[in-house]
Amino acid sequence: MRHVLSVLVENEPGVLSRVVGLFSGRGFNIETLNVGPTLEDGISLMTITTAGDEQIIEQIIKQLRKLVTVVKVVDLTHLQSVEREMVLIKVNAEDERRAEVLRIADIFRCKVVDVSGNDLTLEITGDQGKIRAIVNLLQRFGIKEFARTGTVAMRRSMQME
Amino acid sequence: MERTGAQILLECLRQEGVDSIFGFPGGAVIDIYHHLPDYPSLRHFLVRHEQGAIHAADGYARATGQVGVCLVTSGPGATNTVTGIATAYMDSIPVVIITGQVPTPLIGNDAFQEVDIVGISRPCVKHNYLVKDVKDLAWIIKQAFYLARTGRPGPVLVDLPKDVLQAKTLFEYPESISMRSYNPNLAPNRRQVRKATELLRRSQRPLVYSGGGVISSDAAEELTWLCRNLRIPVTSTLMGLGAFPGDDPLWLGMLGMHGTYAANMAVGHTDLLLAVGARFDDRVTGKISSFAPAAQVVHIDVDPTSIRKNVNVDVPIVADCRLALRGIREELEICPDLPDWNTVHQPWLDQLAEWQRNHPVRYTYADEPIKPQFVVEKIYELTKGEAIITTEVGQNQMWAAQFSRFHRPRTFLTSGGLGTMGYGFPAAIGAQVAFPDRLVIDIAGDGSIQMNIQEMATAVSYNIPVKIVILNNGYLGMVRQWQELFYARNYCATCMHLNPDFVKLAEAYGAAGFRVTKAADVERVLKEAFAVPGPAIVDVVVEPEENVYPMVPAGAALTDMLLV
Repeated sequence: MRHVLSVLVENEPGVLSRVVGLFSGRGFNIETLNVGPTLEDGISLMTITTAGDEQIIEQIIKQLRKLVTVVKVVDLTHLQSVEREMVLIKVNAEDERRAEVLRIADIFRCKVVDVSGNDLTLEITGDQGKIRAIVNLLQRFGIKEFARTGTVAMRRSMQME
Repeated sequence: MERTGAQILLECLRQEGVDSIFGFPGGAVIDIYHHLPDYPSLRHFLVRHEQGAIHAADGYARATGQVGVCLVTSGPGATNTVTGIATAYMDSIPVVIITGQVPTPLIGNDAFQEVDIVGISRPCVKHNYLVKDVKDLAWIIKQAFYLARTGRPGPVLVDLPKDVLQAKTLFEYPESISMRSYNPNLAPNRRQVRKATELLRRSQRPLVYSGGGVISSDAAEELTWLCRNLRIPVTSTLMGLGAFPGDDPLWLGMLGMHGTYAANMAVGHTDLLLAVGARFDDRVTGKISSFAPAAQVVHIDVDPTSIRKNVNVDVPIVADCRLALRGIREELEICPDLPDWNTVHQPWLDQLAEWQRNHPVRYTYADEPIKPQFVVEKIYELTKGEAIITTEVGQNQMWAAQFSRFHRPRTFLTSGGLGTMGYGFPAAIGAQVAFPDRLVIDIAGDGSIQMNIQEMATAVSYNIPVKIVILNNGYLGMVRQWQELFYARNYCATCMHLNPDFVKLAEAYGAAGFRVTKAADVERVLKEAFAVPGPAIVDVVVEPEENVYPMVPAGAALTDMLLV
């Protein structure tokens, strides 16, 4: 099962490789990984999505907590949380098909961030399902380039039952 | 007064109470060596290979319970310690490794004797540091020692660039440490302790399975109290030997691949397995699905990652073993209606005694060639369990574990988790440095001893009177045993053609050398070797194709044993 882990780490050289090395050295898999500084001095937030059965996830979380540079690990999977990912898609959009691409972009609330004679570059944010959906729709026009950030996630303030 | 990084380092070591450093100099650490004579309380032992330094520091740590210290230079000096770092990591041994590094402006330039040791050692240290500013040095050393010795102990590496060692700053040693990301949990959860106690009260066939954690948390006394008072039989891992007196009637011997019949059968039939400071290693459990099939499991470990890593646990207690065992004792003391342990456990103890009687560890005596087990028995007989025994890895290690008895913790030093050949001799040097008046014996094989034989020069030059007993069968015996049993006797690359003459080798280094070929002479020669004032090698020519039994083939259930 897919799990989203929110990991607070000390922002110091080598911390990323400690975390990544833990995954590779123990045969765990990372699906996506996103890192950025937080507002607190010296602390960064990593959002890691990974997959495994409960026993593997328990090990991953415990092993992460054991790293001296890891401050906190939260598994967001069983919590209500907000999950977003930003993707840039460069899609074929020659004259006769441009309108159709733009209509899809509009429906998905994409931003057009670059245009040329033959293609459009769209910026889209959303959860995995939404990204999958638009990729599906745009594939028939031909996707020339595709870049994604990996998931960032946050626990919702209100946890409804 | 401003001091250089090198001086600060040495001052920190002094304040940490370090008295022995095992090291090897080089360009990057010359500054440390330059100031070393100013700190007479820090004795430095010059080894002949950096692997010897780290194993010696490790042996010192295992024998004393203090942090061992190893000091080496950059590049090859640092990489030569990696095997020893991994050894200490697998067995949770507190060691601080100081490595030199090229000056900070050269880092990343493939400079002479540069290597990214922080990167290389990352998977096998508890934590490591690259010190980039001399102002950080003091607190990093403080943290390094704190991390090494607290929680689940382990090796911590500090990499020191040459310019940091030369830079100057005011020295102030921090008194205390607070780390927001490191707070090991030591006190047991009361509710879990109560649950464990309840299970103990109800169990008919309890079994204690203890490991190295009992030794590193100094919990031997608490463990012994619990087992003796509740009449619970005890088995232990290789790493746990010595935590429970080996001459106690409740002692079943080691369990696992080369464990005793009684211990492995006990695991198969127990209804309550109390695992203390042990991590369910595959050499112990055999086939996981048939490990302790009838038992509820209580697992005490200071490291939460050990719990439920391999087996399912009914009552997890994340805590220091000593505090957890005390907790159980306190709980028992306020329990209103305790069973009469003698009556309840007697049928179980009778059953175990029968298994022990019918299937002891044994061998067939012969005068020539000598049986290796006989040599180990003789060593035990002559030392009465008072010596510190180290081992190399392989058959010699298993025979040492099976045919000696250990009565006190920190008297059996062996590479358990990593299985490092070449460990025993330098570790013995470290132990002997800590306890100059005790008898320290390395039980070795002819293969393993050659992996760090160069440390004979260290032993001789400091008159460290370690005794090496080589069970010389002319083979890499354990691999040969596997080839015999599971690979159609294809003895590929396991015959040690052209072993050196170990007696002459000892003499070449300036040590005493002895050779025995007949069982009748073993006692006399051992006595003679133990009596010489300096280091000695006893080359015992033993039966070449003797095997270690009992044996559980890898991946089989513990109860499927190959007996003699």
